[in-house]
Amino acid sequence: MPGVRISEETRPDDDTYAFLDLDHFKSKVLTFSEGGISKVSFFIPEIHCASCIWLLENLHSLNSGIIQSFVNFPKKEINITFKESEISLRQLVELLVSIHYIPEINQHSIEKPQTEHLDKKLFIKIGIAAFSFMNAMIYHFPQYLPGHQFLEADMKKLFGWLSVLLAIPVLTYSASDYFLTAYKSLKKKIISIDLPIALGLTTLFTQSLVEILSGKGIGYIDSLTGLVFFMLIGRWYQGKTYQALSFERDYKTYFPLAVTRITATGNDTIPLEELKAGDRILVRNQEIVPADSILKSGTANIDYSFVTGESMPVTKQAGDFVFAGGRQIGSAIELIIEKEVQQSYLTQLWNQAENPFTANNRLNTIVNRVSQYFTVVVVLIAIGSGIFWLFNKPEIALFSFTSVLIIACPCALALTVPFTFGSTMRQFGRKGFYLKNTAVIEHLYKVDTIVFDKTGTITNAQSSDIRFVGKKLTNEQLLIIKSLAFHSSHPLSKTICNSIDGDELIAINDFQEITSLGITGTINGVRMNMGSRYFVTGEKAEDENLKTEVWVYFENTILGHFQLENEYREGLQELIRKLKKTHELHLLTGDNDAEKENLVQFFGTDKNIHFNQSPTDKLNYIRNLQKGNRKVLMIGDGLNDAGALNESNVGIVIADNVFNFSPACDAILQSKQFVKLNQFIQFTHESMKIVKTGFLISFLYNLIGLSFAVQGALTPIVAAILMPISSVSVVLFASFSVSLSAKRFRF
Amino acid sequence: MSVVFILVFVAILMAGAFLVAFIWSVKSGQYEDTYTPSVRILFDDPTVAPEVKADSTKDSKDKIEKKSK
Repeated sequence: MPGVRISEETRPDDDTYAFLDLDHFKSKVLTFSEGGISKVSFFIPEIHCASCIWLLENLHSLNSGIIQSFVNFPKKEINITFKESEISLRQLVELLVSIHYIPEINQHSIEKPQTEHLDKKLFIKIGIAAFSFMNAMIYHFPQYLPGHQFLEADMKKLFGWLSVLLAIPVLTYSASDYFLTAYKSLKKKIISIDLPIALGLTTLFTQSLVEILSGKGIGYIDSLTGLVFFMLIGRWYQGKTYQALSFERDYKTYFPLAVTRITATGNDTIPLEELKAGDRILVRNQEIVPADSILKSGTANIDYSFVTGESMPVTKQAGDFVFAGGRQIGSAIELIIEKEVQQSYLTQLWNQAENPFTANNRLNTIVNRVSQYFTVVVVLIAIGSGIFWLFNKPEIALFSFTSVLIIACPCALALTVPFTFGSTMRQFGRKGFYLKNTAVIEHLYKVDTIVFDKTGTITNAQSSDIRFVGKKLTNEQLLIIKSLAFHSSHPLSKTICNSIDGDELIAINDFQEITSLGITGTINGVRMNMGSRYFVTGEKAEDENLKTEVWVYFENTILGHFQLENEYREGLQELIRKLKKTHELHLLTGDNDAEKENLVQFFGTDKNIHFNQSPTDKLNYIRNLQKGNRKVLMIGDGLNDAGALNESNVGIVIADNVFNFSPACDAILQSKQFVKLNQFIQFTHESMKIVKTGFLISFLYNLIGLSFAVQGALTPIVAAILMPISSVSVVLFASFSVSLSAKRFRF
Repeated sequence: MSVVFILVFVAILMAGAFLVAFIWSVKSGQYEDTYTPSVRILFDDPTVAPEVKADSTKDSKDKIEKKSK
């Protein structure tokens, strides 16, 4: 737990943060530095409660060099102002690490994103639209009351001009995005929802201007500003993002900023991008291998859990090839770089260009499909009624033409999707399923093929199924095994230690950990060995890699061995049974076929189960499925799935802790909610139904409005009533139906 | 009725003042974090007052002000 104690493995090694002393990095990490006072801002995933805020905001009592620290809880961010003369950036980071709040410092975090700026801009746009809307309503209201004809002409003129003045900032600033996107998509020969909106807004304004100039009336400015206000609210509602979650991570987030290079004159710290093939580098305990390399000296114990999802570390001997992305556990190792970071196997996978399927997906949304027909129909009706009146009553021909365009402005239509999907996204978020944006919902709805990764996705990443094979162990023997395992930090020891109940540990003497072999110690003078088969029995294991075994030797006999198998997630059988009915299921795994029988049992067939898949294989597999016109959902967890996740129509990452590192994806699913995946997918179908009903409602309103418009009888009061009512009722309908359905679903 | 003209202008000026205040509050970052201040208010006042130096940037001054509220 953060802030509790300094555990062995996370205490900063002497030089882990040495790179922060280099000016090259210091200037990038610091947000401000002048006159000895510096400011820095860190993302700390561990921030999780009010005590964290208290502790981090009282950093100044730990070190007088810290002037002020300020926490932004939703962003899990801390802003620190400090005096560099008293505490260096490196010392500051080490202080944070020592109280167990480990800041994320990587390539990604020092390239400052500009998202918050956009958010502010939207707020200001909404503020201006609201201001104009409220005031325009006040000016228009007298006109809608009986007896308005007695209003002084001067007053009418003043109200008219004031509302035109109010409309100008709304049109040019608040609504500027609608015009811009309408223009951009027109240039690409696409009719998007923004085109009829821009068309409607322009006609509204011109019509109002003409009426006010000619003194005929006061125009429709209140409707115009109201429309923009409602649509911006919809945009804000839809745009809610999970600030502390990151969906855009690439290998840069994962890799360190700097590495320790070993040169003839000693060690120096260099930026990662300066790393060349042939360089000798030092990788310490808990550090990440930054590039494909060959082990020079030391025994590597590489944890690839982020890469493959496999929690057991892999042992490598001097001369072995080490892939980038693994984390060294144990003593420091020396590596010789084979390939530069950019050329390394895993990093190459990310540097792929954006795939055409997802790019195409973005434009082919339901709103844009509907609005294509909608726009054409509306323009045809407008022209039709214009021509009709031209021959019958020419003086209202132009008016009926513009009226149709005004009333058909698809505001309610444009609001349906943001509010339905926005509410759905919030419902999902409450249940531990975090979407990158609302567009994911529609893609999830279209999915017809699901591809699973095995290790860490359908199996539990942490806990394993442990069985003991051999003589039956007595309670005392179990306790001794637990006591011995307690002293080792190896993941296998930890797993075994956790699997045995009992609190009273027995004192162990002469404890020794023999890297890549096992552990040994004496209990009351009796030796116990635990470890690999070779270490305990002296025989080479014949079926290596198939199953993980820990052998136990005690009182001069071999007691037997623990067998560890990956445990499938609870409820997997049920989930697959349900999903099989609606989707085509595939399984890709980098492992060998040891588990084949179990998997076939789950999936019912071995047709779509593929073993020994490399990350590139996975990516190509997805591509082939998409070429067969399938909409693919990929569920994975590690970096080796990153290419496939990116390539698929929807990529979902399973994570035990959603704030920890996860590869770039469209959604993050909390691992304990995995079994509810089926319900989440079903719910997107529900959302789509709500969207379609919402469209129907807004079409009905449009029909009523059009019946006024084609007769040339659209008055400002009709517009002022019909437009807000249609918007508000669609918003209410969408939000309420989603929360009602969520209650019914009971996920 | 001419008094109405004055009232209309006074009204729009007042509303405008609120709009300006709103834009200022957005720009100064008051909407960036709507959760932490609600927790911060519950903390005891620090026993040792943090050394607040005249800071050259406006940003942190705002924050110190907010903290003392």
